[in-house]
Amino acid sequence: MSATCHDTQDHVELKPEFVAHADELISHYPVSKRSASLPLLHFWQETHGYISNQAVEWIAGKLGLNPIQILELVTFYPMFRQHPAGKFQIKVCRTLSCQLGGAYELREHFMKKLGITKVDEHGLGISADGKFSVEFVECLASCGTAPVIMVNDDFYEGVSHTQADELLQKYN
Amino acid sequence: MPAPAEYRLVFKHIDEPGYTNDIECYLRHGGYEQLKKAFTMKGPDIVNEVKASGLRGRGGAGFACGVKWGFIDPTKNTKPVYLICNADESEPGTFKDRQIIHKDPHQLIEGMVIACYANNVHLSYIYIRGEFPLGAKILEKAIAEAKAKNFLGKNILGSGYDLEIYVHRGAGAYICGEETGLIESLEGKRPYPRIKPPYFPAVLGLYMCPTIVNNVETLCDVKHIIAMGGANYAKIGKPNNTGTRLIGVSGDVAKPGYYEFEVGSLTLGQLINDVCGGIKNGRKLQAVIPGGSSSKVLRAGEKYKIKEKQADGSMIDKEIGLEDIPMDFDTMAAVGSMSGSGGVIVIDDSRDIVSCLANLSEFYAHESCGQCTPCREGSLWMKKITRRLADGHGRLEDVALLKSVADNIAGRTICAMGEACSWPVQSFVAKFKNEFEAKGRAGKGPAVAATNGH
Amino acid sequence: MSCKNPFNHDITPADAPLLNVQVDGQWVQLPRGLNVVEAAKRVGKFIPHYCYHPKLSISGNCRMCLIEMGTPKMGPDRKPIIGADGKPEIGWIPRPQIGCATMISEGMGIRTDSPMVQDCRKGVMEFLLINHPLDCPICDQAGECKLQEFSVEYGNEDSRFVEQKVHKPKQVDIGERIVLDDERCIMCSRCIRFSREMVNDDVLGFTQRGSHTTLAVHPGKRLDNNYSLNTVDICPVGALTSKDFRFKMRVWFLKETKSICTGCATGCNILIGSRENVVHRLTPRENELVNSEWMCDQGRLGFHYIHAEERLLQPTARVNSTTLPVAWDDAFAQIRDRIKSYKPEQIAIIGSARMTNEELFLLAELRAGLGGNAVLTDVVPRTGEADGILRSADLNPNTAGAKLFQISNDGKNLAAIKDGIESGRIKVLYALHEDPVGDAGLSEFALAKLDLLITQKLLKSHSTDIAHFSLPGASFAEKRGSMINGAGRLQRLNKAIATPGQTMDDFEILLKLRSTITGGNSLHTIEEVFKAVAASIPALSGLSLSKVGDLGVEVAPAAATVTT
Repeated sequence: MSATCHDTQDHVELKPEFVAHADELISHYPVSKRSASLPLLHFWQETHGYISNQAVEWIAGKLGLNPIQILELVTFYPMFRQHPAGKFQIKVCRTLSCQLGGAYELREHFMKKLGITKVDEHGLGISADGKFSVEFVECLASCGTAPVIMVNDDFYEGVSHTQADELLQKYN
Repeated sequence: MPAPAEYRLVFKHIDEPGYTNDIECYLRHGGYEQLKKAFTMKGPDIVNEVKASGLRGRGGAGFACGVKWGFIDPTKNTKPVYLICNADESEPGTFKDRQIIHKDPHQLIEGMVIACYANNVHLSYIYIRGEFPLGAKILEKAIAEAKAKNFLGKNILGSGYDLEIYVHRGAGAYICGEETGLIESLEGKRPYPRIKPPYFPAVLGLYMCPTIVNNVETLCDVKHIIAMGGANYAKIGKPNNTGTRLIGVSGDVAKPGYYEFEVGSLTLGQLINDVCGGIKNGRKLQAVIPGGSSSKVLRAGEKYKIKEKQADGSMIDKEIGLEDIPMDFDTMAAVGSMSGSGGVIVIDDSRDIVSCLANLSEFYAHESCGQCTPCREGSLWMKKITRRLADGHGRLEDVALLKSVADNIAGRTICAMGEACSWPVQSFVAKFKNEFEAKGRAGKGPAVAATNGH
Repeated sequence: MSCKNPFNHDITPADAPLLNVQVDGQWVQLPRGLNVVEAAKRVGKFIPHYCYHPKLSISGNCRMCLIEMGTPKMGPDRKPIIGADGKPEIGWIPRPQIGCATMISEGMGIRTDSPMVQDCRKGVMEFLLINHPLDCPICDQAGECKLQEFSVEYGNEDSRFVEQKVHKPKQVDIGERIVLDDERCIMCSRCIRFSREMVNDDVLGFTQRGSHTTLAVHPGKRLDNNYSLNTVDICPVGALTSKDFRFKMRVWFLKETKSICTGCATGCNILIGSRENVVHRLTPRENELVNSEWMCDQGRLGFHYIHAEERLLQPTARVNSTTLPVAWDDAFAQIRDRIKSYKPEQIAIIGSARMTNEELFLLAELRAGLGGNAVLTDVVPRTGEADGILRSADLNPNTAGAKLFQISNDGKNLAAIKDGIESGRIKVLYALHEDPVGDAGLSEFALAKLDLLITQKLLKSHSTDIAHFSLPGASFAEKRGSMINGAGRLQRLNKAIATPGQTMDDFEILLKLRSTITGGNSLHTIEEVFKAVAASIPALSGLSLSKVGDLGVEVAPAAATVTT
């Protein structure tokens, strides 16, 4: 299960700027710093790629919480990862309008192009070189331009298979 | 009858050539003038204008905004009042708030500052879904710009009124669109919706203080209500269904997209055929999901009995078809569905309707927070049954079973997610019974080794 | 009350006004402040529930307590419409409501067993069972499982579920004393709320989501607090089990005896679960004036010594270096014969604040027979740290009783006893339920100087080895009697199991020793001893053991001098 402790993960040294920005994020919540849990998780993942056990314990310590209270969130929200995903993370919207627009075929296309045959329990597949990961996500709220995808934080609409190939080139 | 023209109020500048999302552009277009006007009014007067406007919440439930605000009386409680903008736009089929956030963020911020001022709020958050990273950045930039111009922060425009707004990002959870789930999430907890009673946000909301949660579009409307006055705003649309409505159309139409119309000014048929160019590829309409994926499906060819109010106030019984349904809150409810979040999903006759439901059931199973029993267990069960049916492993008895499972969820859960996940099942199965039974009859029954519980 | 709790949903203030409520057609009066589950309970209607617990915050997640309710129909005058029966007409709400989070109000109607309610329960039961293992025969909770009970009572006969079940971690080690089976967990969150609200040790949580929701601890911070085993008690299913008890005994074989914990001066009310003279577990028994529904793990698990290998099972006498079994009556006679020749100043008694009032009373009488106050006497104080929850700083269960009968001198006499023995002034020591060396701090060297050492305890030690007489007594589970807790509450112990081997209940040992030494005996039973106790102590006058009852009586608030 993904809720286990990953002892093998690399320990990262936190830069002073990182800590300072974390403190700034906490200041957005003058009533309860526990509210800063999600912002700190986002910030950690943006900086370090995924939420390690170190992240869970550091954030919990920072906010005066027990680590389980952070782990509860990490495992609830699909956007947080407990393992590294691809350098470029392709997220294909799966929900109805995009399905009607060809999302399943598009995901299949990406998988084939990248030679991904195995997915984890959350449906995430990573290319052999670790460069790309492909997964379905639920509705990305741009149903009128189906199918839509995100590559990391970049958003693409009405993605044809040709455009998909171009994107794989672009992010190479 | 041809469709009426769009009535662009909130979307006035969306996609307008040359219109950018920075504050200078906004100011050139009369930005923050309504805030200045609002500061000449007293908070309760603004609340009264909103009440007079008849504005109903645009997030899905359609609850009267003025009434919601009226639950909070800043003069009678000693706790701080919070306002949260619900920008967690997650209802499949809905893609209106994204446009505002990306293309006209200051409109939202102006509406928010007015709403906060009206309700004596000094700390406010925009809860934006995690899948809008760019939107969050745009909003943060807009907040910084507004702060620099003193439309936000301390002693706004010399009024003596202070307000801070922060952007708070979600991380991929539909349930955070439910206002109490959102509040829990904002408190840094698992977004488990709260039981009501006793945790009504107006009384025990964020940090157990009175809290208003309003949708992005609703807050934008507030700005326009100040501009034209509540009474004038109420003249747009229909009685009890006032104002304009952002509508997003997706699925099998020739021209999907987002539009803004006076509430009830056009019919579903006009929307699909005139505005959106009809069903694409020359196919025929099979079904419409009229108000986001949780609204009950409408089947092509259905007839509905509604009561129509006449000019003299009398009501007459009327039978209408799907295409005749006016797009307003009350008629959508009268035909057994809802206008919800304004997301219309059109399904043509080439589509396997069972697969369509399986897609939605998978969504709800994925998004169930798991807090309360019926939704936690039932949503996954419905996903498994619909998936089997769609994949040729169904049984005839699955059709009745599906309905029974859905019936055991709706109305018995902590939050409206129970209805959200069971309404599609109930309505699809009831209205496409033959299609479901055919799948069941043709199915091979459950495979021995299904996936490991997922 | 020792246990502070903001959530006593089952208790209303004495002055709460009464409300007229209709429960299943009957109008009854019930105090304001009750929720529907508790209100129904007061009129004998059981509303099944899993997540609701009267002592915890309300989460409303299980949906098992769905009921049908209504409020008075209002007329145009905004006043309730009165029906033909003179009672308000009720407008029933078409949607079911959860009983746990619904407070009763004037004129409310409640249906606890209507077709709608039955349908709801059936639906919830089915949902709870579809992903639950159906292996009750190998589940340790069987017999006290609410899932099992309610399934029979309210569920379907057949399963309609043909899908693959969700699999989750099994046998998860989440704490020193607790094992978790996540597949059995129904996510009621009672354990989470207990840890957070009662113990302020928020280490349990849910990971994953939806149907995959999993109860978990973070590996770095586990459920190890001293109240962890209460989560096993309140877990309605077999998800949380006690490592100490699991798979040792089927619960339906257990005989339950009401008693009190003797682990500290709080005196938590307990049930002793035993079978065939073996104690298998202790569980808390509700007493709002003492421990509510909880007890600490230390107290709960502190019974295994009863069945220890070192348990002394028969009286022995030592002649020179040879220790031999002796018949009880011979032991008493020999003690009498030997002790007679000593002056009171040459005799010391180390009693124990773990002894019952009856034993202490008899010991005091015996001392009087041996010369009264000149016989140096004391108990061994035991102090720890109070935890602000249930544990008292006084680790002796009956310090108040030991004082009442003047056996205790707060340990101040222990040094004098030690000196007396070492200097040779004291020649005789009678030590009861305290080890002269291990507990009272005497040296083995000193003990060797004694002419006569009599020990009366449970477990073998050096002291019992060298004692001239070793009298094997009884454990708390093997005796009746009473103690006074740190708050001045008189409470009863009850006998769950027989005394093993030739051991004897301490009150009997003392009775016999007393009558052998001082002659005459008007007392025979524990009731008679208690009566004599009550007659001698004004604070207890008029009481009998049966009047003390299962929940005890407050006898001496002033006796609560012990810090808790």
